[in-house]
Amino acid sequence: MAEGNGLHSAAVKPPIDPDSLQVILATDCGSTTTKAILIEKVDGVYRQTFRGEAPTTVEEPIADVTMGVINAATEVGELAGRRLVDENGLLIRPSQGNDGCDIYISTSSAGGGLQMLVAGVVRQMTAASAERAALGAGAIVMETLASNDKRRPFEQIQRIRELRPDMILLAGGTDGGTRRHVVQLAELIAPAKPQPRFGGQFKMPVIYAGNREAAVDVRRVLGEVAELSVVDNVRPVLERENLAPARDRIHDLFLEHVMAHAPGYDKLMDWADTPIMPTPGAVGDILRTIAERQGINAVGVDIGGATTDVFSVFHSVFNRTVSANLGMSYSISNVCAEAGLESILRWVPYDTNERELRNRVKNKMIRPTTIPQTLEALMFEQAVAREALRLSYIQHRSFAVDLRGVQQQRSVGDMFAQETGDRSIVDNMALDLLVASGGVLSHAPRMEQTAAMLIDAFEPEGITRLAKDSIFMMPHLGVLAQVHPQAAMDVFERDCLVYLGTCIAPAGLAHDGEVCLRYRIQGGGLDERGELAFGDWKRLPLPADRTAVVTLEPARRFNVGAGPGVALEREVRGGEVGIVLDGRGRPLRLPSDPVESRRKVRRWNSAISMYPEE
Amino acid sequence: MAQAYTPGLMVSRGGVWRRRRLLPIAGEVLVRVGDRVEAQDVVARTLMPGDAVPVNLARLLGVSPGELPHCLKFQEGEQVKKGDLLAESPGIFGLFRTQTPAPATGTLESISKVTGQVLLRGAPLAVEVLAYLRGTVVEVLPHEGVVIEAPAAFIQGIFGIGGEAYGELVTVSAGPEDDLTDEQIRPEHAGKVLVAGRRMTGDAIRKAIKLRVSAVIAGGMDDQDLREILGYDLGVAVTGTEKLGTSLIITEGFGEIAMARRTFDLLRSHAGDNVAVNGATQIRAGVMRPEILIPLDDATGRLTAESAGAGLLEVGVPVRIIREPGFGALGTVAGLPNEPAWLESGSKARVVEVQLQAGPKVVVPRANVELIEG
Repeated sequence: MAEGNGLHSAAVKPPIDPDSLQVILATDCGSTTTKAILIEKVDGVYRQTFRGEAPTTVEEPIADVTMGVINAATEVGELAGRRLVDENGLLIRPSQGNDGCDIYISTSSAGGGLQMLVAGVVRQMTAASAERAALGAGAIVMETLASNDKRRPFEQIQRIRELRPDMILLAGGTDGGTRRHVVQLAELIAPAKPQPRFGGQFKMPVIYAGNREAAVDVRRVLGEVAELSVVDNVRPVLERENLAPARDRIHDLFLEHVMAHAPGYDKLMDWADTPIMPTPGAVGDILRTIAERQGINAVGVDIGGATTDVFSVFHSVFNRTVSANLGMSYSISNVCAEAGLESILRWVPYDTNERELRNRVKNKMIRPTTIPQTLEALMFEQAVAREALRLSYIQHRSFAVDLRGVQQQRSVGDMFAQETGDRSIVDNMALDLLVASGGVLSHAPRMEQTAAMLIDAFEPEGITRLAKDSIFMMPHLGVLAQVHPQAAMDVFERDCLVYLGTCIAPAGLAHDGEVCLRYRIQGGGLDERGELAFGDWKRLPLPADRTAVVTLEPARRFNVGAGPGVALEREVRGGEVGIVLDGRGRPLRLPSDPVESRRKVRRWNSAISMYPEE
Repeated sequence: MAQAYTPGLMVSRGGVWRRRRLLPIAGEVLVRVGDRVEAQDVVARTLMPGDAVPVNLARLLGVSPGELPHCLKFQEGEQVKKGDLLAESPGIFGLFRTQTPAPATGTLESISKVTGQVLLRGAPLAVEVLAYLRGTVVEVLPHEGVVIEAPAAFIQGIFGIGGEAYGELVTVSAGPEDDLTDEQIRPEHAGKVLVAGRRMTGDAIRKAIKLRVSAVIAGGMDDQDLREILGYDLGVAVTGTEKLGTSLIITEGFGEIAMARRTFDLLRSHAGDNVAVNGATQIRAGVMRPEILIPLDDATGRLTAESAGAGLLEVGVPVRIIREPGFGALGTVAGLPNEPAWLESGSKARVVEVQLQAGPKVVVPRANVELIEG
C-alpha cells in the first residue's frame, strides 16, 4: 500500500501473535446496524464462518455502542454454537473449546463518522490535497475553505462558526512558499472560535499541514484557541503530495477525541485488541490491495444508511469520496430531495401514490432500521439506491480529477489544466472491476438485482467484471489486515467477494431496435452467436468458475473498448449472474413519459429475471 | 432465540429527570445549587463574540504588513464606528495618501504583522439559557451551566420541528383516532401546547402558526404538508432551528397514524398543566428525539425511567408494526422463530409472529416492530 494506515492507539495493548489466532471476532459499528462476523481457522486456512447483526445502540435510552456489539456477537455466537459473551455481558477471550474468541477487532462509522473541515490556500491545489488527506483517512468533509473560494472573509468566518466539526485540517503553501495566505487562513479560524462536536469543554483539534515555515505564525495565531498539532506539509512541493503524516494524525485524533466522546466508545476501545478504524478507511485499504494485486482499474462503492462512499483506483491512483447525505435510511429522504422523486420513480415498474410514497420515505428516515417486507417496497428501495449511487458516482467523478497520490509526479501544466475541472481520471471504458458493498447491494435477494443496480447507476462501458461483498465484510477485513494480512487475504479470496459476472456494454446511442453489437461467445458451456438490438439487454449464464471467449463487433457508432466500430476479442469470466449484454446505450436514457418508462423498466426487469413473477 | 433487542421510544408517567442546560461558550451561571426554578427562568447568561469582519488593510493601503501599525488611527482594543478613518498610508512626501474608512462598527480586535489584516469585532450577542424544566438546581457547572432535576412525566416523540416551547397543555381531539383540523384551533389557543389524536392536517398547522400556538402534538402528519409549510423538502432529519413560531411533534410517524392510547391518555390526564416541549430532532447516531416534559408536584419515580421503551422482544410483550404492510398496527408477540424466514420481497430475515389486536396473526421482520407500553 502506498500510504501508511496511521493506526495509533492511546492505550497500549499487548502485541498479538498472529500464529496463535484460531477464532477472530470482528464488528463494524455502522450508523444503523452493527455487523459481527466470526473468522475461524479451518484446516489451516482462515474462513469467515458466521455472521450476525443488531441495531447500533448509540441512541438514548441505551446510548452505549457496546450494547449493539454484544447483541450482534450474541447472535453470531448462537448461530455458531459458540459462547462469545459471558454472563456479565463481556466478550470471552481467549478461546477455549467452544467458548470465546482470540481477538476482537472493530471498525466504526457510528456517531455520524468522522466529520472534518479542511482549508487550504488554493482550492484546486493545497485545499484539494487537504481534502484528499481527510477523505483518505475516512472522514466526511463538511466544508472546504480556500483563499480563492470566492467567499468574503466574514462569510468564511461565519461558516466556521456554524459548523461543529470533529477537527480541522489546515494546509496551504508549499514549503518555502506563501506564508501570508496560510496565516490569513489561520486568522479566519481563530476569531471564529470553533467548537468541537463532542466535548464542548475541549479545544478544537486543528492539524496544521502546510508550509512549514509558516508553522510558527500559525501557532501564534491558533495556539490559544485550538489544540494545534503540526505535521509535515501535505503539499511540500507543487508536484508532490505527502498525505500520510496528516492522515496518521487524523487517525490519532479520531481515536482520542471523536471516539472517546461518542456513547460507549471508551469501553469499545478498551475491548478492541487493535485500534478502531473508521469504516471507510478500512474499505479503502482493501480495495487498493485488490487493485494492486491484480493490476487492474477498480471502483468500489459502499452504500450505507447515512452516507455513500465511492472508492476508485485508476492506473494506481486511489481516490475516495463520501457523499455525506446520500444513503438508504437516515439520508433516504435527502436522496429523494436531491434526485427528485420523479427520477426515482423512473425505475419503479408500478404506479404509485406520491403522497403515500413520501410518507413512507419519511417513515424510513425516522425509523431507519426497518427493512422492506413486500416486493413493492423492495423495488422502491432499489430504485432509491440507483439514484443514490448515481449521484454519488457523479460527485466522485468530478472530484477524482487528474490528481495523483503519494510519490507520484505531476507537472505544473497538469495543475492549470485541472482547473477546468473536466479531467476526471475515472474512465468507465477502462474500468475492469466494479465492487458493490453495503446493505441494499449486498443483501439484495437476487444477484440480478445487485448487478442491475450497479449497471444502471454506474453505467460501465465496454467489458467490466462485477462483484459484490458477499455479506459486507470488507471493513472487517480492512482492519484484520492490520494484524493478520494473511488471514484477511484468505477470507477475502475465499469468502468475501461474490463475482456476479461480466457486463458488456457498447457505448453509444441509436434508435430502439437498431443493431448495436454482433457477438460470439464460446466456452464455459456457451456457444452463442447473435445480434444485440439497441434498447435491449440480455443475460447469458456462465458460472463463476468458468471463462468464455467473446468476440464483439460493435456497430459503427458504438465502442466496446477498442474504438468506435472496432471489433474486440477477449476472455471473460462468469459469475452468479453470468454475462450481461447491455445494449441500452451509454449514456443510459429512460423515457420521460412515466407510463412509457414503467413499461420499459418492466421489460428490462423481465429480460434478466430480476424479480419473481415478472 | 426467545428474545431479541428492539428499539423503541420512551413514555413515562412519572420519574425524576435531569437536564443539563449549558451555554455554548463560557459565561455566568445565575443560580445556585438548591434553588427552585421555573421553566422560563434564566439560569445562565453569556455574551457571544460579535460578528468578525476582517479587513486586509496592508493591501488596501498599498503598504507592507510591517508598516501597518504606523498607518492605523486606532489601537488594538479600541472602539471603531463604521465610516471612521481606520488607517491612512504615509504617501509619498506626505502626498498621495490612501485612506481606509472602517467598513463596520466594532472593536479593533487584532492586527496581524504577517498578513496586514485587522479584525473588527461587532457588538457581543447576548445568549441566555432558560431552566426548561421546572425543578431544582442540583449541580452548577461553573461558567458552563446547570443541571436541573424535577419530577416529571416524560414522552419522547418520533419527529419534531422547531425548538423549545412552553405552555399550558390543551387536549383538542376527542380521542387518539381523531385528526386535528383547522376549525378546532381557536384564538384562545395562543401560547398553548395542543394535543391532537391522529394527524395534524396542513391547514391546522398553518392556523396554529397564524394564531401563535406554542406547540402542536399529534400522532402523525403528512410529509406533503410539512414540505409546503417549511417551503422545502426536508432531506436530513436534523431539526430544531426552524422559525415557524410553533413547534410540531409527532409521536408515531408520517401519515394517518393514531397516537398510542397510552400516550394520548397520559397527555389528556395532564390537561391544564404547564409543560415544556422540544421539537429538535436529530436522527443520526447520537440521536436526539423530540420530547414533552410535564412537571409533577413530587417525585413519584426514580431517576431512571420507570419504563424504557427499548428492551427485549419477548413472547407476550406489546409491539407496534413500524413498516408497511400494516404500518401502525398494534399487537403482542406470539412467537420468535429462531430460523430466518423468507419474506415476500424475496429476502431472508429473522422474524417475529405478532398477534394483532384487531385481526389475525402476522409474521413480520423483527426489524419492523418496536416495543410499546401495554
